[in-house]
Amino acid sequence: MDIDLEFVKEIISSAFILAGVFFMLVASIGLLRLPDFYTRMSAITKGATLGMGMIVIGIGVYFNDTEIMLKILAILFFTLITSPVAAHAITRTAIYKKVPLWKKTDLKEFQNYLQKRELDKDEVEDQLQKNSKRL
Amino acid sequence: MNTFLIHFAIAAYAVTWAIGKLNWFDDSAAMTILVFLVAFTFLWLSSILYDRNYFRKIPKVLGLFFFFLKELIMANLKIAYDIITPRYFMNPSIIALPLKASTDLEISLLANMLTLTPGSLSVDVSEDRKELYVHLLYADDEKVESIKKELKDGFEKRILAITR
Repeated sequence: MDIDLEFVKEIISSAFILAGVFFMLVASIGLLRLPDFYTRMSAITKGATLGMGMIVIGIGVYFNDTEIMLKILAILFFTLITSPVAAHAITRTAIYKKVPLWKKTDLKEFQNYLQKRELDKDEVEDQLQKNSKRL
Repeated sequence: MNTFLIHFAIAAYAVTWAIGKLNWFDDSAAMTILVFLVAFTFLWLSSILYDRNYFRKIPKVLGLFFFFLKELIMANLKIAYDIITPRYFMNPSIIALPLKASTDLEISLLANMLTLTPGSLSVDVSEDRKELYVHLLYADDEKVESIKKELKDGFEKRILAITR
């Protein structure tokens, strides 16, 4: 039997791209319908990273060229490094700015941290007032 | 780490040599990856003679990588199912994960990997660097301890085995 390699390649790459698009679509639906900021953040970072990765891999399989492969590896590497850092920075800012959490969220182990934050904030405000008086 | 960089450079050089010298070598990505992997495997096997530590660590790095990929896909399927079906199965919670990792590299690797995997999002590190606050999507009250154990055994242990 004669297998058409081009055909197999195309099927594999379209499977990758379709799976990637599916994950991206689900992530964006999640962005619209999940209950609060943090769960949305959770869904969108995972979905976007995996979806983008799969789409890019699909492109790589389709072209099967060394130069393009190197670029794709670089893209994958940098997205895997940067996207969780961005998510972490945004989430932390949200906690600082007191973006409300979903009412079902269990905060038992987080109380300490929040109280400490509160104290820190008071200290900072005191300091600022003192400074302004001095000026 | 140094051994890895040197091996990487030698394997990359072997690939360019193969492209130039061998006429059966077509310029496709599959061929390039194959040649690179063969060269790298031989170098890795040779390292048993002069760098035992490196010889032991490479399989662990690969193990961590595949474990990470598996967890990434599982997390996505779980969230996708929850998003598509009309009811929420979520029970979010912010937990304090006690840290054994101490250096900047270990903590940031762990936090980043957790952000990308099982329904968790790292929020902050406590000031004394003993605890990592993680926002979990699926954390029923009675299961919190087992989830913590899973995260510690799954990721932290593997990362520490590599960095220490």
